[in-house]
Amino acid sequence: MIEIRGLKKSFGVKVVLDGVDLTVPRGKNTVVIGGSGTGKSVLIKCIVGLLRANEGEVLIDGEDVTKMDERELVRARRKFGMLFQGAALFDSMNVGENVAFALRRLHLYPEHQVRDVVEEKLAMVGLRDIQHLMPAELSGGMKKRVGLARAIAAEPEILLYDEPTTGLDPIMADVINELVISLRESLGVTSISITHDMASAYKIADHIAMLYKGMIVEVGTPEEIRNTRNPVVSQFVEGRAEGPITAEHEDFIRFVHRSGETGMQGGR
Amino acid sequence: MADIGKRNGLTAVLDTFGTKVFRMVEHLGNIFILLLQCLGWLFRPPSEIRNIVKQMEEVGINSMPVVLVTATFTGMVLALQSWSGFQRFQATSFVGSVVALSITRELGPVFAGLIVSGRVGASIAAELGTMKVTEQIDALVTLATNPVKYLVVPRVVASTLVLPVLVIMADLVGILGGYFVSVYLLGANPYVYTEKTFQYLESWDIYSGLIKAAVFGFLIALISCYNGFIAEGGAEGVGRATTRAVVASSMAVLVSDYFMTSLMF
Ligand SMILES: Nc1ncnc2c1ncn2[C@@H]1O[C@H](COP(=O)(O)OP(=O)(O)OP(=O)(O)O)[C@@H](O)[C@H]1O
Ligand SMILES: [Mg+2]
Repeated sequence: MIEIRGLKKSFGVKVVLDGVDLTVPRGKNTVVIGGSGTGKSVLIKCIVGLLRANEGEVLIDGEDVTKMDERELVRARRKFGMLFQGAALFDSMNVGENVAFALRRLHLYPEHQVRDVVEEKLAMVGLRDIQHLMPAELSGGMKKRVGLARAIAAEPEILLYDEPTTGLDPIMADVINELVISLRESLGVTSISITHDMASAYKIADHIAMLYKGMIVEVGTPEEIRNTRNPVVSQFVEGRAEGPITAEHEDFIRFVHRSGETGMQGGR
Repeated sequence: MADIGKRNGLTAVLDTFGTKVFRMVEHLGNIFILLLQCLGWLFRPPSEIRNIVKQMEEVGINSMPVVLVTATFTGMVLALQSWSGFQRFQATSFVGSVVALSITRELGPVFAGLIVSGRVGASIAAELGTMKVTEQIDALVTLATNPVKYLVVPRVVASTLVLPVLVIMADLVGILGGYFVSVYLLGANPYVYTEKTFQYLESWDIYSGLIKAAVFGFLIALISCYNGFIAEGGAEGVGRATTRAVVASSMAVLVSDYFMTSLMF
């Protein structure tokens, strides 16, 4: 179980997370949605302790990650698998070595089995016979899937997916959706996924949470989110250009126009 | 009015200077912390032996050709210069001693250190910097691996061990270069030259040079890893980190050389 309470994170004066509260029950998948740059990636980095939160708690099975020192974190992180938004494959290693990385570090399998285990993990994300390729030789979507295979390789209890289906074709996106669901159902993995893809969100989520202006503005089942009355959430899930999220933006544009005009009048 | 302007200019200069000094102290503190972490992880399992060997190959093979060429020409030019200088007071028979002592005690280690700063320092900072900005270091962390243990320890150990080896070879080819120029170009007597080369050379001259080399190797790797780790903001940030690594490690070589020399002799 993951419990986030009052999580705050700023970079200098810029406040990104301003008191996030979110609970992900054991064995469930919560999808976090929200506009670009609202801090979704920052949120999951705070959960694994890659970024240190300024305030608040992140409890993993009751243990507070934000209070741990580096050595305790190393132990706590064994529970996690994480897919990075940019895949973050090690570019000095080939695909096989990338996927096998945690297996070898933790000596989970004898060396002669590693190759087969890796091939199996790659098959789960719809890839075959690419262990010898270097990351530079892969397409964007392939990198993403290799990153996913690497994240699930050591069979973690908790998985954090940063946009698992972005950049994939619709068929592959659905393969990944099915994979996320099956990891949850067969292995009981607790997970947080970030996505912009509402079709995928509705499909894989037990709960959907919307991050807006540094806070979770609504959490609900896919059904509840679809029928939400919160104007911010409904604008986002329906993907409308007009609504409260963009209103500020429009005000700003109008403001710029107006000050431009007055500027010109002043010049005359 | 002009006075105020001048004073503001001066405070501004002092201000930026102050910030620079402050930053520098901060960096030094962070490097020291990295050093402590490095020592803390050094003997903790799993061992990074394979990684260390790989890095030793990298450091050694990367820098060997340049170090050898530089050392040869340093020995050669040293012979040439001291010959023409010593001719003024008929002391050319001491050229062999001068070349041997200067190379082993000072020039071999320092030039090797400077070249390794350029080659190895840059490649370490660029590699780690790229890993930093593309989140590969974050990925390591999530794969149950401490980046200091996995990335910094092997590089620091490898470079500390390899630099003395490079310097032994540099000493050798440097002295040979001096011999070649003196004997074949300047017409020195080969027997006298060889005798003079070893007459005043003590083992401590060589050992002190090797100790210096180990310290240089250590400092270069540590400083370059640090600069890679703090890289930020894409390709440009990696470029900046690389430049900083090379400048800082070259400076560290020269500064630490002075202090070691003053302690050793
Ligand atoms: N290391 C950092 N230093 C400074 N600011 C940062 C850093 N990381 C993120 N930010 C800022 O935090 C904000 C949130 O970034 P984040 O990457 O979490 O967005 P996101 O919600 O994942 O967006 P996207 O959907 O585009 O991936 C951004 O405005 C970004 O500028
Ligand atoms: Mg993101």
